[in-house]
Amino acid sequence: MQIYLPIAEVSVNAFLLLGLGGIVGILSGMFGVGGGFLMTPLLFFIGIPPAVAVATEANQIVASSFSGVLAHLKRKTVDLKMGTVLLVGGLFGSGLGIILFNYLKALGQVELLVQLCYVVFLGMIGTLMFVESLKAIRKANKAGGSPVPTRRKHNWVHNLPLKMKFRVSGLYISVIPPLLVGVSVGVLAAIMGVGGGFIMVPAMIYLLGMPTKVVVGTSLFQIIFVTAFTTMLHATTNYTVDVVLAVLLLVGGVVGAQIGTRIGVKMKAEQLRIWLAIMVLAVCGKLAFDLLITPAELYSLGAGGGH
Amino acid sequence: MIRLAALLMLLALPAKAEEIVLGLSRDEVAITATFEGSEILIFGAIKRDAPAPDDEDLGVIVTVAGPDEPVTVRKKDRRLGIWVNTQSVDVDVAPTFYAVATNRPLAEILTFTEDLNTRISTQRAIRSVGATIENAESFTRALIRIRAGQGLYQTLPTGVLVEEETLFRTLIPLPANLTEGDYKAEIYLTRGRQIVDLYTTVIPVKKVGLERWLYNLAHDNPFLYGLMSLSIAIAAGWGASAVFTMLRR
Repeated sequence: MQIYLPIAEVSVNAFLLLGLGGIVGILSGMFGVGGGFLMTPLLFFIGIPPAVAVATEANQIVASSFSGVLAHLKRKTVDLKMGTVLLVGGLFGSGLGIILFNYLKALGQVELLVQLCYVVFLGMIGTLMFVESLKAIRKANKAGGSPVPTRRKHNWVHNLPLKMKFRVSGLYISVIPPLLVGVSVGVLAAIMGVGGGFIMVPAMIYLLGMPTKVVVGTSLFQIIFVTAFTTMLHATTNYTVDVVLAVLLLVGGVVGAQIGTRIGVKMKAEQLRIWLAIMVLAVCGKLAFDLLITPAELYSLGAGGGH
Repeated sequence: MIRLAALLMLLALPAKAEEIVLGLSRDEVAITATFEGSEILIFGAIKRDAPAPDDEDLGVIVTVAGPDEPVTVRKKDRRLGIWVNTQSVDVDVAPTFYAVATNRPLAEILTFTEDLNTRISTQRAIRSVGATIENAESFTRALIRIRAGQGLYQTLPTGVLVEEETLFRTLIPLPANLTEGDYKAEIYLTRGRQIVDLYTTVIPVKKVGLERWLYNLAHDNPFLYGLMSLSIAIAAGWGASAVFTMLRR
């Protein structure tokens, strides 16, 4: 069934959008990522104008994250205190990111920068996670299937002032690292037009040393607010939020997120991480490939500039 | 301006030997939620006072043009192994939709000069005066190629059916990705590759119902629209969660 999107001004298949929303929703619930880094390129691919895709995707992430966070709240796997600290940093960072984005846009080549950002960050994080989870799985197998809880190493993160107790995460650390993580994720999120979960989740695990189970819910909690902020910014400045597109995506998305959360709970933390790593690397590979091969059409059309 | 001048010239001509009488299958195109593209049937007759001259061939040209918009055409080149946008050309005026239907190939029924003056062919409907880089022509060709691929630019060399040198009709397909606005339909009548009559009409293409309402809200009241989008998102997220909790019990 074809449906005409009032803001995007294109006609698309409604079932295709529902399906895309569902698949990305499952991933979102499983890994605690908003799914924007997957959905946004997919929307470009089916012919939604990029500006509309980015803005609407932010709105859709609000829905799937909210649905996911409710499921996590019931399991008490959300560290609200940590989430709030990250959020404060995140809002500040996304404000900063939008200023940076507009500056780079004035210089031109912003599209290339976004793509390179994706390739570099996805590549780094994906490789890091993949190697680490492989090691963890091997270790778990050696120990006869019962993972031995090892005491987390003390690093520079634990020697900073302004310490705060994060009971749900079982951490007593300075608020400075979470704030910084929030800011940097916020900046990247604004530039890359995503919620930033795929950067946030590894940062929480490896930098802050949070337990994986808590990471997912906390990340989703923070993403809701950052993407809601982004949605309002896009809606009021660029008028690019397409509510019909958002509804179709989020109907699939929220259902998917519920299923995903249940799959995620049943899976082992190491397995969860290795699958996320593979997914991140796959998207990274596709984007890098697009930059390297000769495009079928060398020319592209953009909204008229200088008028 | 040039079109206007051409029109004035036509009007200034003494009593026309041949005149167009036009009909349209629809006065406007309404874009609804389930809009999948559409088509307009443009038909008419040629009214004449004297018998048709048989020494010169009759030409009927129908153009339908969407609202004009500026476009930037960018070209990629390989730099350090990756493909990067390197050159761009700002096209000052390019119709968002353009169809040319003729009863015979355009060159056979219209002189080059007439085409220059009236801007009938697709290449002429696009204007880029500010282009300073060399080979700017290839950028406008790329624009036409890309839009033709999307069904937005159409050349239908035998799209107009003429019967008995008097009745003509053509079917212009409209794709689903139409831009809103006033679409200008022009029908030219030529004899011996010279224009003898012109008929112009406007077909409004607009969103209706829910589509109209949402579009207006997004532009007139963006803050409210943003809040509405967020509320829908939150409600849907909560709703799905509630439904799944109930299903588990």
